[in-house]
Amino acid sequence: MIKFNTLDYLKLSKWDRFCLKIAVFLNLIPARIFALVKKLLILIKNLLLAIYNEAADILVTFINGDWKTRLSYVVMGFGSIARGQILRGALFLLFEIVFILYMILAGGHWLSLITTLGKKGPSTTYDPILDVYTPVYNDNSFKILLYSVLTVFFIIAFIFTWRVNIKQNKIAQKILASGKKLKSSKDDLRSMVDDQFHKTLLALPLTGIIIFTVLPIFFMILVAFTNYDGSHNGFTNSLFTWVGLDNFNTMLSWTANTQGGVQSYSATFGEVLTWTLIWAFFATFTNYFLGMFVAMAINKKGINLKKLWRTILVLTIAIPQFISLLYVGKMFAKNGIINGFLMNMGWIETALPFWEKANWARVTVILINIWIGIPYLMLITTGILMNIPQDLYESARIDGANAWQQYRKITLPYMLFVTGPYLLTSFTGNMNNFNVIFLLTGGAPTNPAASSAAGSVGYTDLLVTWLFKITTGAEAAYNIASVIGILVFVAVAVISLVVYNLLPSIKNEEDFQ
Amino acid sequence: MSVNVSSSKIEKRHMGLKASRNLSNTAIYILLVAISIIWLIPFVCILLQSFRVESTIQVGYVIPRVWGLNNYKNLLSTDFPKWYLNTFIAAMATAVFQTIIVLCMSYTLSRFRFKLRKPLMRMMLILGMFPGMLTMIILYNVLKDLGLTQANSVPGLILVYIASSGMGYYVSKGFFDTIPKSLDEAARVDGATRFQVLMKIILPLAKPIVIYTILTAFMAPWGDYVFARYISFGTSSGKNVAVGLYDWLNHDQIDKCYTMFCAGGVLVALPVTILFMCLQKYYVEGVTGGAVKG
Repeated sequence: MIKFNTLDYLKLSKWDRFCLKIAVFLNLIPARIFALVKKLLILIKNLLLAIYNEAADILVTFINGDWKTRLSYVVMGFGSIARGQILRGALFLLFEIVFILYMILAGGHWLSLITTLGKKGPSTTYDPILDVYTPVYNDNSFKILLYSVLTVFFIIAFIFTWRVNIKQNKIAQKILASGKKLKSSKDDLRSMVDDQFHKTLLALPLTGIIIFTVLPIFFMILVAFTNYDGSHNGFTNSLFTWVGLDNFNTMLSWTANTQGGVQSYSATFGEVLTWTLIWAFFATFTNYFLGMFVAMAINKKGINLKKLWRTILVLTIAIPQFISLLYVGKMFAKNGIINGFLMNMGWIETALPFWEKANWARVTVILINIWIGIPYLMLITTGILMNIPQDLYESARIDGANAWQQYRKITLPYMLFVTGPYLLTSFTGNMNNFNVIFLLTGGAPTNPAASSAAGSVGYTDLLVTWLFKITTGAEAAYNIASVIGILVFVAVAVISLVVYNLLPSIKNEEDFQ
Repeated sequence: MSVNVSSSKIEKRHMGLKASRNLSNTAIYILLVAISIIWLIPFVCILLQSFRVESTIQVGYVIPRVWGLNNYKNLLSTDFPKWYLNTFIAAMATAVFQTIIVLCMSYTLSRFRFKLRKPLMRMMLILGMFPGMLTMIILYNVLKDLGLTQANSVPGLILVYIASSGMGYYVSKGFFDTIPKSLDEAARVDGATRFQVLMKIILPLAKPIVIYTILTAFMAPWGDYVFARYISFGTSSGKNVAVGLYDWLNHDQIDKCYTMFCAGGVLVALPVTILFMCLQKYYVEGVTGGAVKG
């Protein structure tokens, strides 16, 4: 690539500079990917090293340990109890007993079925006396998968606790060897509200997150590799089983496009993804700039009743979104107030198709989203605008800059710098903005070409509303929904990673400070 | 002489500036009035239509021809009071528990430095990138097994609202970060435990953020549609207001229930809005503080 020095660069026109920047960015991509791979390899190396160290430490502790320590390898907490730390030891022991009981009574059974997700589906038995067939339910694939995931989590927790138990023994032995005293159970209890207080505080929130977020996400990722849907619900009609990458194939392969007038999943996916990105872009930036504009208008010197204007806008945040969105959605309906008003005034003859035509609906959704979003943005930007040093404007005015130039050269760079991370989260948030789309249009107008299995997807459907429709639709294709969920995650993660590294507030933190 | 000329010139220029400022201020006033009207119109409309007696369908005019409280009376004969109660209980419980959980999480991440802190925050960031919708399917199935769906939906709803609320720690962590650490250290030197530091020093200072957290936690259940829809599927008594009122706008119901929807909407919006307006100051502080720090 040609190297530009400063003088050459300054000679370029604006357009050329822009092209150059893009070229430089593209040129750096291979290096970035290489760096990422290198990082990953180092991570794996470190991980292996850590495992090796742990294993070595476990072995050394066993060799150097006394009989109390050695027995703790089998009976967790024995060492602690034998050395007088009753509370700790009892907890270790209790955990081990619970774990062993669970594995014998339930965990082992579920894990043994994981490879096929159940062997025997539902059948019927004939009752000759009453002359009826009664269904008999056998294995439940859903439960097998769920409890298997739970069991794996439990096993990991057990291994971790076992390791901690060994470490405790090692430390206790060391302390005793140096002639000091061990912590008593009373000390342990006290440290729970003192130096170990963070563990106490985090216990409840983290348990909730693991059970209600981490576990379900693992489960749903696994579902993407099964044929779990309405006709394979795993219990009452037919078991579901592993299908490998088939679902990803259905979703991403472009070969099966449009068969017999019915759109394939992949084509629908392409359309919905495109609209999701367009929506996220417009929803974020229209709100951002208009919200900033309103905030500047209210903040301007000489404007009275600042508080009143703000309160009016904030009022709209207070009212639950489902009321305002549902109602506004109906206002734009064919027989709604807007059309009624326009017709009464004689400005139009027939009702405007706000929700009936694809592009009308898309523009209307973006416009109504401005109505929803400006109050938040007004609040957020007001505070930041007031933080801009006033002397910057003062000196700009002395140099003869007009209002637009001041905005372009002072306000905007400052705002973009400070709110960069917010813009990013707001973009990804809009990609997943279920409420606005679902409550306003429900995805309508429906795309007639899409297959029925795609849950009557419409032209304003985002990936998330589509996901919701699929799971609640007649065919309940949970597997496909999971694939969409994973793809949404990938899209959000990639955008976040790339943009985050490009943000000026991350790259040069010292500017403006 | 020359001095005089220039001073009169400056004066002229000053007047010109003043005139243009007046002009632009007038334009801004017009804009602000227009904005206020646009932003308030839907709420005025919904309020007016809730008093309409002559018909229950959607119409193209706003001001009722016959005024009355019929729609509000009719609400009582539906399941609306039950939905209202469901939502209110869920909102109260969520406000209490979510606040506790969020404060535990954010205080810990702001004040303690432990080995897993950074990985924990990174993990939660990544978890947040998965669409929450995805986990609903399995949570629904699990709750169904526990018997916490349909008519018993309220405990199930509360459980799901609060369980993962620890992931929303960002705003209050940002607030805790601004309380000087020297306060903690001074108390620690005087022999206070970490627990005492939290209860006696930090919490009294954190009143704005506690109120902000309570307020947002209380308001969220009033607007939740997705999960309430999953969990109350197939019953009427287990719905919350969002699901119930949404169903009234279905194709087969809208002609019968449109004005009743307006009345219900007013009844839902009124207490929430009043509460919000009273605590507005704290909300604004939280939003403006939290957004910038990310």
